[in-house]
Amino acid sequence: MGLQAYLTLAAVVFCIGFFGVITRRNTIGILLGIELMLNSVNINLVAFARFSGDVTGMVFTVFTICITVAEAALGLAIVILLFRVRRTVTADHLDLLKG
Amino acid sequence: MSGEVVAFWCLSAVLVGSALAVVLTKNLFHAVLWLALALTGTAGVFLLLDAEFLAAVQILLYAGGIVTIVVFAIVVTERLVGERISQTSRRIAGGAVVSIVLVSLIASAVMQRPLADVRPPMAEDLTREIGDTVPTRFVLPFELLALLMLAALMGAIYFARPED
Repeated sequence: MGLQAYLTLAAVVFCIGFFGVITRRNTIGILLGIELMLNSVNINLVAFARFSGDVTGMVFTVFTICITVAEAALGLAIVILLFRVRRTVTADHLDLLKG
Repeated sequence: MSGEVVAFWCLSAVLVGSALAVVLTKNLFHAVLWLALALTGTAGVFLLLDAEFLAAVQILLYAGGIVTIVVFAIVVTERLVGERISQTSRRIAGGAVVSIVLVSLIASAVMQRPLADVRPPMAEDLTREIGDTVPTRFVLPFELLALLMLAALMGAIYFARPED
């Protein structure tokens, strides 16, 4: 399989994640969509690294995986805090900053 | 068809199917389990691309770590709210149209470019090469990452502190 097949697969997964982000009403559901999107970007990085013969893309995949884990931990901490304060699940009800 | 082609199509089917299940199931807990399958499928794709170390990291950190904390968050918030969390979606048609337009744009851009079909030879042991590159060529991003991890740790502890 060539590079194009891997890039197309990553694009499909990215857009499925994007679909989840814009259609889900639940905050945790939105976070799951973001995880899918970040994950597909990693496929791109590894595929480019392998097909160009340069290890840099793989090193940056290690970095993005670490950043994603930090993002997930913080995002879920914020979600738990929001539940504690507002007792609500849906993103539509989280309009504290609305003027 | 060679083994790699068969494996690629099987992994693609698993990955796309489980990704669709993540964004379409009603039950949030099932969505997390589908996400675990999708992340494991991605680890398989990494194996196809000769990145064994990344596949192991993917399974350990993503499928092990993230899925665990998401399940934990669901359990905690369900107990706080006192009712089952279902997740409904809205504007599915509009979202589907936007996503399909986006994927066709990316796919057409990918198809128009002359991209490599053959893999150049790489070092025998890619894990060793990644390990050699991180503390030499990429030492600054590595240290910045350590700083980010510290900030995230402190932020998570701050957010999760008990109410006073």
